[in-house]
Amino acid sequence: MTNSVVINLQQIKKIYDMGGAEEVQALRGVSLQIHKNEYVAIMGPSGSGKSTLMNIIGCLDTPTSGLYEFNAVNVSDMNDNQLAKVRNKEIGFVFQTFNLLARSNALHNVELPLIYGGVGSAERKRLAVEALTQVGLGDRKNHKPNELSGGQRQRVAVARALVNKPSILLADEPTGNLDTKTGEDIMALFEELHAKGNTIILVTHEESVAEHAHRIVRVRDGLIESDENVTKRKFSTAMA
Amino acid sequence: MHFLRELREGLFIAFQAIRANVMRSVLTTLGIVIGITAVALMATAIEGVTRAFDKSAAAFGSRVLYVQKFSWVGDDDWWKMRNRRDMKAEYAEYLTRSATMIDAVAPDVMTVKDAHYESRSMLNAWVTGTTNVYQEASGTTILDGRFFSQEESDGGRPVCCIGANVAETLFPSIDPIGQTIKVGGYPYKVLAVFEKQGGLFGQFTSDNRVYIPIHSFEPCFGSHRDVTLNVRVANDADMEDAREELRGILRKIRHLSPGQEDDFSINQSDLLTSAFGAITGVIAGVGFFITGLSLFVGGIGIMNIMFVSVTERTREIGIRKALGAPRHSILFQFLAEAAAICLIGGLIGLVISYVLSLIVNQIIPTAMPISVVFIALIVSLITGVISGFLPAFKAAKMDPVDALRYE
Repeated sequence: MTNSVVINLQQIKKIYDMGGAEEVQALRGVSLQIHKNEYVAIMGPSGSGKSTLMNIIGCLDTPTSGLYEFNAVNVSDMNDNQLAKVRNKEIGFVFQTFNLLARSNALHNVELPLIYGGVGSAERKRLAVEALTQVGLGDRKNHKPNELSGGQRQRVAVARALVNKPSILLADEPTGNLDTKTGEDIMALFEELHAKGNTIILVTHEESVAEHAHRIVRVRDGLIESDENVTKRKFSTAMA
Repeated sequence: MHFLRELREGLFIAFQAIRANVMRSVLTTLGIVIGITAVALMATAIEGVTRAFDKSAAAFGSRVLYVQKFSWVGDDDWWKMRNRRDMKAEYAEYLTRSATMIDAVAPDVMTVKDAHYESRSMLNAWVTGTTNVYQEASGTTILDGRFFSQEESDGGRPVCCIGANVAETLFPSIDPIGQTIKVGGYPYKVLAVFEKQGGLFGQFTSDNRVYIPIHSFEPCFGSHRDVTLNVRVANDADMEDAREELRGILRKIRHLSPGQEDDFSINQSDLLTSAFGAITGVIAGVGFFITGLSLFVGGIGIMNIMFVSVTERTREIGIRKALGAPRHSILFQFLAEAAAICLIGGLIGLVISYVLSLIVNQIIPTAMPISVVFIALIVSLITGVISGFLPAFKAAKMDPVDALRYE
């Protein structure tokens, strides 16, 4: 089971209707397979279709055509609520802008996916504290986002992404709003999570960030331009 | 269980959102506050007046029929009633003899005179001439002393029984029994004081009255006055049957042929009650219409601010959706917020109307029944849910990608 396919994209197309006869082909037939415990970076300049691909992988959006199997389940034709359930159980999101709820403390932010997953409050609290401890913020659980540094906020977001024990961790420019040092810390955290067996998909346009991954998929003009395994590794920040 | 968890989360978010925008929420809910205040205050006033009315109406005696020239409620032409023949005190005896469902009949005649005791005066006391059976016929209660006897009544002795207000005014510090007061210049010895009746119709009750024997009344104050016959219906008799019997006897006394209309009116306190009920019904109808209008306007205000709230929190909606919130959770979250704002408005409205009702109570009696509290809260809850629905629906069907991208 170690190398089982988690994500299987076959000829995925996404066409946006811009009104009238005009339409934009964001994805023009993308096929991609990601296995369990892979650490993949998806790269590409803006307008390449990288964000659209991420939204589809993250089940935030559905393809216009093509097949998307998540853990061997066809999710390409699911409705809103079914997709919400997949996101809730299987996908942990980490965003560039953290996307924490400003009025809630760290603990409640981490609890959110569990609330929508229907976990009871005692169990919820236990899991949330566990996730926060895992990212090194066990003592900050009652702080609100504006009482935390950028790096700490992103750690809360990572804890939130992990709390449901998802199949994949989907990170969209996770270091984009952080300074270099903090960014390196977060990348080290990802490395650690990967070492623990998590499947990580990193969406970025920065080479230095992508280099942390073990496989780099480059997207251009709605197609996969290259897909290569990284052999030369940077070990300087491997462990936090 | 799952639903309860979402309920808690929804309410938690709602109160968080309201706390973050206290001023805005309060201003938004002002329409609801005004609406609920209006409805609660009105219901309170109507309830209070109705209770006071019922209590006051009871002072008339529920088993007493009043035979008079005029009807209490305007169901007959006034001029027609004006031209009827006068009632006569002598009917009382005949009625007592021939009716089977009647306990007692007492005639009374009335005039307004000043009463004096030493230097104290009671202006405009209602001087009532009647017979010894009056107390039994009218169902009034004596607090102290005794009503005048048949001998005193038949002989027109200068004795009187006084109402509570008269006693308080003329005898603030001493026992009135045995004292002699002057009524319209004539001396009367006080035999009894009646129990206070109070209520809305204080002046019609015994409180402001001085009762004297009718045979003493006539020589002093004149005999050509309108007579009321107080008819006490027997305990186990049906009021309607008693009324019909009374009507038949009266028609015989008045020599009315079968085709002729009654030339008298038989009044009873129920008449007042139903007339009063009709009036409060109209007031309530108009009041509820106005209230409904202000709740409607308030509801639109809530809807408007909820649209603002949804737009402001587009990103939050996106985050929640990305984390797996299904549509109904988002819908519920915003419905809960709208309902909470309205409920707060309803509570504020209730508090305000309660305080106002205490003030109004100085003028007219009020009483806030618990049902008004429940109705007000339910109405505000419903208003919140209805006006919050469209904004909440808009939030629920947002696209997560667009919502997350929203700046």
